[in-house]
Amino acid sequence: MFSADRWYEVLSTLARNPLRSFLTAVAVAWGIFMLVVLLGMGKGLRNGTEKSFSDDAANSVWIFGGSTSQPFAGLPVNRRIVFDNDGYEAVRRVRGVERLTGRFFARGAMFGNELQIRVGAKVSSFDVRSVHPDHLYLEKSIMVAGRFLNDLDVAEKRKVTAIGAPVAEFLWGHTDVIGQGLAINGVQFQVVGLFTDEGDAGELRKLYIPISTAQLAFNGADRVNVLMFTVGDKGVGETAKLVDDVKGLLAERERFAADDPQATRVRNNLEQYATFQEIFTIIEIFIMVMGACTLVAGIVGVSNIMMIAVKERTKEIGVRKALGATPWTIVSTILQESVFLTAVAGYVGLVAGVGLLELLAWVLPKSDFFSDPSVDLTVGLGATAVLMVSGAVAGFVPARTAARVSPVVALRDE
Amino acid sequence: MPSPAVLRLNGINKYYQVGSHRLHVLRNVDAEIGDGELVAIMGASGSGKSTLLNILGILDGYDAGEYWLDDTLVRDLSETQAARYRNRFIGFVFQSFNLLPFKTAVENVALPLYYQGVSRRTRNRTAMQYLERVGLADWAEHRPSEMSGGQKQRVAIARALIGKPKIILADEPTGALDSETSRQIMDLLAEIHASGITVIVVTHEADIAARAQRIIRLRDGKVEAQA
Repeated sequence: MFSADRWYEVLSTLARNPLRSFLTAVAVAWGIFMLVVLLGMGKGLRNGTEKSFSDDAANSVWIFGGSTSQPFAGLPVNRRIVFDNDGYEAVRRVRGVERLTGRFFARGAMFGNELQIRVGAKVSSFDVRSVHPDHLYLEKSIMVAGRFLNDLDVAEKRKVTAIGAPVAEFLWGHTDVIGQGLAINGVQFQVVGLFTDEGDAGELRKLYIPISTAQLAFNGADRVNVLMFTVGDKGVGETAKLVDDVKGLLAERERFAADDPQATRVRNNLEQYATFQEIFTIIEIFIMVMGACTLVAGIVGVSNIMMIAVKERTKEIGVRKALGATPWTIVSTILQESVFLTAVAGYVGLVAGVGLLELLAWVLPKSDFFSDPSVDLTVGLGATAVLMVSGAVAGFVPARTAARVSPVVALRDE
Repeated sequence: MPSPAVLRLNGINKYYQVGSHRLHVLRNVDAEIGDGELVAIMGASGSGKSTLLNILGILDGYDAGEYWLDDTLVRDLSETQAARYRNRFIGFVFQSFNLLPFKTAVENVALPLYYQGVSRRTRNRTAMQYLERVGLADWAEHRPSEMSGGQKQRVAIARALIGKPKIILADEPTGALDSETSRQIMDLLAEIHASGITVIVVTHEADIAARAQRIIRLRDGKVEAQA
């Protein structure tokens, strides 16, 4: 079917009407271009958001202590709820809690925990987080040298710290710092680990110290400000149930109403993640539908123009039939013409679309909302398949019309 | 000496539906054309000669009767079969030439071989031989728009010959030509006839028909006389 002769026929037909072939091709190229660009942008949005999620484990739940808004067992409202080490131990025993870490805020709040760090004459301030060993998994930090904090560090209140690579760079000018000493607010610590993180750069400008050491060093008694845990591969519903269990346990221990919305604040990353996934799936479907509509417009355009071409070529088709062209020869030539035109045009659109996305990825700054716009291979292959099919669809009606041309009518002298 | 018939029509009837009317275009047409004959079909417009030509050329079907072409019954053919038969049996020469305007003379001549699946090289080489035969070898790379009417008709005749058909069907081959050119074209057709090919010329011009060995006259869809 795809003989060199046929190609010659197809190409010379297209070349006979270069402007028309070009305009037809533009319609299809535009359709594919839009489809690719829209899908790529959607992907960029999703990537950006997923990246901001990849900072922390997506299946994690954070529970902060708040202030009571309901009286409970004779206790007044506006009572501040702060968890403690025993509470941490209790939650640890709850079935379904996978990895658990508590965090103690040296300055009492989540933000503004920068402490003075000194190495020799170099002094700066960095955020210091006081955590349990499992924090590694919640933060999805990646150790590049040494180790993270361990249970022994916590049990023995060791003065050890795991630091982000930029911190080491800043303090020593290099990252070969395992075993080096540094002072946090005048207290000497030993560096035992160096980590990196997939999240934004801010996550690297951190120091981690055992929560027990921090409680001792910064006057924390046994306070735990946040409990953070992962839930394994539980779904949204199971996770909500687990959160209720943990809240109930804490409510009992800290004596507040389990249904008091103010007593604790819960950040359920899994729920948020699921919501975002849903939103992006909807956006993607929307984009697909829009892209498909653009493509359909392109296909109708091709079909239309091919139809006109067939009408114009009625006489030619009549002559060819008189000379022995079978209907199939005529049909396949026109289909090949149509598929070829759409394939070439679509490919140009595809390349242009991917080109634009690459340019955008290069020009636009990476942000939490947008990063690495791209179309993956499956989309590319899918688009190619769509092109082939649409070419055939676009050519179908004109080809059938051509096959039905009666040589008697076509050859009649006007 | 009567030669074996290459073409035989037995009681051909053809109707056209025009609105609610059923037009009886051909009425019991019987005819026989022998192998190697030069026959003219004559008739006024509306006599059914174009319809008869279309049936002979397997461009159109018929409603009743039998059409035997080279001992093959041509009836109720699929379009694909009809195309094959046309390609193998029949060479067409039209009044308005019907060359493809965007193809050169040699490409036009080669076209029937394309549908026989002959390779491009062989096709064009053969086409050149036929162009030489009609005296247009020098015009091989010209397009029809650059040629005179007589030259175009020669190209068309070369195209009709290239498939080695049993019969050449010429529909008013000189209708668009001046009398001198007409004479040359008729000379060429006579020459082809002399080489042993059956030639059927449809015409309304008496002097053209006069060059045939035999004239089949049609009137109101009936064969009036065969002389």
